Amino acid sequence: MTILAKHAAQRLVYDTLHSHGVDVEFDSVLSPTEGMLNGRRTILLGTNNYLGLTFDPDCIEKSVEATRSQGTGTTGSRVANGTYGGHIALERALAKFYGREHAMVFSTGYQANLGVLSTLVGRGDHLLLDADSHASIYDGSRLGGAEVIRFRHNNPDDLYKRLRRLEGAPGDRLIVVEGIYSMLGDTSPLKEIAAVKRETGAYLLVDEAHSLGVLGATGRGLAEAAGVEADVDFIVGTFSKSLGSVGGFCVSDSADFDVLRLVCRPYMFTASLPPGVVASTLEALVKLQAEPELRANLMNNAKRLYDGLCAMGYQTGPQVNPIVAVAMPDQETAVMAWKALLEAGLYLNLAIPPATPSNVCLLRSSISAAHTPKQIDTALALFADVGRQLGLLPADRRRAGGVV
Amino acid sequence: MRQTPQLILVGGSVEAAEKTPRDDVAAIFEQVLGHPVKISDHTDIVEDLGMDSLGVMNFVMAIEDFYDISIPLDRIAQIQTVGDLIHAVEDLRSGTPT
Repeated sequence: MTILAKHAAQRLVYDTLHSHGVDVEFDSVLSPTEGMLNGRRTILLGTNNYLGLTFDPDCIEKSVEATRSQGTGTTGSRVANGTYGGHIALERALAKFYGREHAMVFSTGYQANLGVLSTLVGRGDHLLLDADSHASIYDGSRLGGAEVIRFRHNNPDDLYKRLRRLEGAPGDRLIVVEGIYSMLGDTSPLKEIAAVKRETGAYLLVDEAHSLGVLGATGRGLAEAAGVEADVDFIVGTFSKSLGSVGGFCVSDSADFDVLRLVCRPYMFTASLPPGVVASTLEALVKLQAEPELRANLMNNAKRLYDGLCAMGYQTGPQVNPIVAVAMPDQETAVMAWKALLEAGLYLNLAIPPATPSNVCLLRSSISAAHTPKQIDTALALFADVGRQLGLLPADRRRAGGVV
Repeated sequence: MRQTPQLILVGGSVEAAEKTPRDDVAAIFEQVLGHPVKISDHTDIVEDLGMDSLGVMNFVMAIEDFYDISIPLDRIAQIQTVGDLIHAVEDLRSGTPT
């Protein structure tokens, strides 16, 4: 009996997964799409590296230069000694990119949600979360003391019903949705959500973690793609996906935005981003805007994988996006399929409840603009082999009708 | 695969009005679990009825629809037994502050 005995159930899951060897440790990473794993060259199909910028020579150069000239870390909070010119430049660049007045940079995307959600609303206010929200949104909602109400995933009618039930109650209402949901790759019905927001006088926050650099004519995300940027009061996002580094941000036109810097504890009580990270992120943001072909490649690659899996008869998420998830019948099969793919040289994410919606077990891929068509075709061939070996796909037919 | 079955329950009929809250709750449990259940105020929703977190969420949403209320997350976290649930529903319906 130890102090951790209370987590016995989770321990059992951990031990089971561990015994199947699901802990992955890369010997080295060779490029945005390849790494060495157990001495084998492996295609990386689950790294959220949407634009493939982690090895961009200019981003690396800027990062090295900043590290050499400014050191490896700031060793301090943004409100003390941790604000350098680079942090301010990155905030200005983000505000300009989004066409907003204000931007604030956090040390991780998780902290951005924790900080923003816990300070925009507090005791006496109402936070309305999509039921499939990311853990950082749930955790942020608990930190602030607002009343938290869940609405059915991607269901504007259910959201409306819940806001109507709040009629007459004092306090602000804040609706929180995500641009692309991280497990199945489905987008929020943002036009309809924005209409509910307008009708009920609520505020709207969109987490564009997986949609920045992916959706919208200039890559600003789902709000841009859906044409409702004016209705979105706050956008939160991360640098650790399409921008290839680490960190989080919030942009807004809210007049008194800067007060957040003094009331937002996950912003204040942590060290700021190291200069090398800030510098590569700034450069990646330049690339994102200067090279729209990255987004086009990304979507073409996503479609190639999604269509290929659907044609084989795999059950995937509801729409084509760079996150392509395949449903497995149960955890045991999911682990077996995941291991077989890995041993054949394909890495992707094994996703099991409670991290997944509807308690489904998933093999979750994320596509990069840097993948070649050949790599995707290799991945598809491996999916076909493993699917037939495990009886997930019919053995004698190469094509089974779409199942989605 | 995204869709979870949504329960459409019609509340507010004459018959429903004559039932006790526990009858309504039992009926909703039956719909979510797919088989009849015997419940009392002391029935533990997770332990005795074998519900996982997804089952609890679907069940809570069905209860919310039936009574036209929203049960805040912190309130849900405090609910362990059927008695706790009925108490929370009654509080929320009468507008008693938590």
